[in-house]
Amino acid sequence: MSDRKTPLLDELETGPWPSFVREIKKSAKSPMARDLLGVLERSYAEKRGHWKHGGLVGVKGYGGGVIGRYNDLPEEFPDVAEFHTVRVNQPSGWFYTSEALRTLCDIWEQHGSGLTNMHGSTGDIVFLGTKTTELEPIFSKLTEAGFDLGGSGSDLRTPSCCAGPSRCEWACYDTLAFVYDITQSFQDELHRPAFPYKFKIKASGCPNDCVASVARADMSVIGTWRDEIRIDQAAVREYAREGKLDIQRDVAARCPTRCIEYDGSTLTVDDPNCVKCMHCINAMPKALSPGVDRGATILVGAKAPIIEGALLSSVLVPFVKMEAPYDDIKELLNAIWELWSEHGKNRERIGEFIQRIGLGNFLEQIGLDPVPEMVTQPRTNPYIYYDLN
Amino acid sequence: MATPAQVAKRRTDIGPPHYEKFLPPVIRENYGKWKYHETPSPGVLVHVSESGARLFSVRAATPRLMSIETLRLFASLADEFSGGYLRFTSRNNVEFLLSDGDKVEGLVARLRQEGYPVGGTGPGITNIVHTQGWVHCHSAASDASGVVKSLMDALFPHFERMDLPAKVRVAFACCLNMCGAVHCSDIAVLAVHRKPPKIDHGRVPKTCEIPSTVAACPTGAVRPAMVEGKQSVSVIEDQCMFCGNCFTVCPSMTMADPENDGISIWVGGKVSNARHEPMFSKLAIPYLPNNPPRWPEVVGAVGNLVDVYARNARPFERMGEWIERIGWSRFFKLTGIEFTKYHIDDFRHAGESFRRSTHIRQSPEG
Repeated sequence: MSDRKTPLLDELETGPWPSFVREIKKSAKSPMARDLLGVLERSYAEKRGHWKHGGLVGVKGYGGGVIGRYNDLPEEFPDVAEFHTVRVNQPSGWFYTSEALRTLCDIWEQHGSGLTNMHGSTGDIVFLGTKTTELEPIFSKLTEAGFDLGGSGSDLRTPSCCAGPSRCEWACYDTLAFVYDITQSFQDELHRPAFPYKFKIKASGCPNDCVASVARADMSVIGTWRDEIRIDQAAVREYAREGKLDIQRDVAARCPTRCIEYDGSTLTVDDPNCVKCMHCINAMPKALSPGVDRGATILVGAKAPIIEGALLSSVLVPFVKMEAPYDDIKELLNAIWELWSEHGKNRERIGEFIQRIGLGNFLEQIGLDPVPEMVTQPRTNPYIYYDLN
Repeated sequence: MATPAQVAKRRTDIGPPHYEKFLPPVIRENYGKWKYHETPSPGVLVHVSESGARLFSVRAATPRLMSIETLRLFASLADEFSGGYLRFTSRNNVEFLLSDGDKVEGLVARLRQEGYPVGGTGPGITNIVHTQGWVHCHSAASDASGVVKSLMDALFPHFERMDLPAKVRVAFACCLNMCGAVHCSDIAVLAVHRKPPKIDHGRVPKTCEIPSTVAACPTGAVRPAMVEGKQSVSVIEDQCMFCGNCFTVCPSMTMADPENDGISIWVGGKVSNARHEPMFSKLAIPYLPNNPPRWPEVVGAVGNLVDVYARNARPFERMGEWIERIGWSRFFKLTGIEFTKYHIDDFRHAGESFRRSTHIRQSPEG
């Protein structure tokens, strides 16, 4: 296998950006990595993939965490005939010590291709490529080292979060603690698929939304605040003196609700009209910061196009205080899951389900009152399902 | 069979390790107390705590697909420079977390030397989030890693320099399933199929459940059918928009088509709430050919978009905000991209994007 020529892939070893081809070659002492390179070269020549649908593979007692993958050229590439992915639940915020990283590497060297993704789209550590017989040994070594599998299939997918208060002055709640808490609280939902389809939870500490929760999480928990933006006028004057920023043009004029006044030395904010967009704070981090009455907005329903079209999450709870043990959110999750599990169609995401039954009906079913923050405007059509019963 | 002792030993449902044990002392001591941050050079962040303590984060590129040899290299660098502490970002960069600012320069140099350059902060282009492509996915209409590598080689100056009006988030997905937030990116590169599924009627009865296959089609194009006396399905080809959802539930309806698969490009999406609300990316280029190993057409098209944006946008304007200011007609003119019937929505609620006013940026040149 090692003398296989890969002229097309070799072209991707040049250039300033780190090369995935070089990474695969670095793992070439693994026969699986060598065959992966071979089959990938074949794909580059033929312009088509050579992977088949996943089969049902996994570890005992879990329904999720492993993505079965088989090659359609097993005679030519026997070492990747089975090439399953193992999703390992990442620590909140993707923090590691060198020791933890080496432990993961040692396990994966013994039982798989030695190739990883740091990290997969959902946030998991991805071990890329192993055989069915290796799954139980991997799982037992992972759990021994304090790691567990992540989600896959129609289950709670591995929750993920931004760096939050560990490294960010804008974190309006403790995203790391929240994600750790809900991940631990819903281990059964994460490992044993029992929903109509996948359910993702992503936690961003502020409206900059560094984990893109509004675009891809069934529940997006985005930090915000209710009181005034804090202003250090001396620091405002320092920005003005430095001159890198035109405060009127770049900050005041870019405010989406025009709630900032700047008279050349003092900056004021009409806080009741501030929509907490973060722009002024992003632009002048030394002078402006979020208020102190902090919490989160909860939005639901984001997804990519399949099946009924892409959706962004929409507001469900305009403001909630984010304090352990997060009972309000857990109750909300349980109410949503109960309704959706009973009435959702197979492979219907929560966003599509809400569109099908109507947000008003959905709110009634989960016991939330409608509030104007949930919509950009009231309806414009008169086709109202008056409910007189 | 496992013995009772072995069963008892098996640990399940333990969840991930607690993050606290992976936080460096400077973070543990200043958790939630950060006051502000600065970016002294591209790829280096300095967070300053209320206590005055400083945390230096050095951000380096990774190809996401990484060998354990590279992870061990990162571990050694962390031991040497950052007390053994590191993290990864939501866009697949690696970050070393230093409490000693004097070590930053040495680490930056070492990372460059090892081939993992430092950058990706502020108004520039950071790592491209992407999917598995031909490396691991059954429904990929293109490779992912190869397109991303080719793009980032070309966009690399913007990774090392913060030289754009605002950040430009680029994302890649190898089919319409779009693992990751591709559909809300400044530039979304999306591989597409363009032909209806090829049905293997011999295998359908063995591999597919007919009702769920029929239900999988968003347009009702898949119908139950008897073919040569066997239960199968048929596809009303005019109704198929090549989403591949039938293939997801029925492996005997293959979408892969080397001749016709290719790449589309979408622009102007964002997820942040800063200034403008989050928005979807919109279609810029319906189709470019799949041309491995370097995808020159895709690299050229994305480079052009970035260049035109860089020349015309104002400070802080994301791609989508810039396009809203100048209008889509000028966007197509400035970029030289042809506007076609494919740009006009004809799926559900399509009329929402029709212009229903005379608010048009008229021009004497037409």
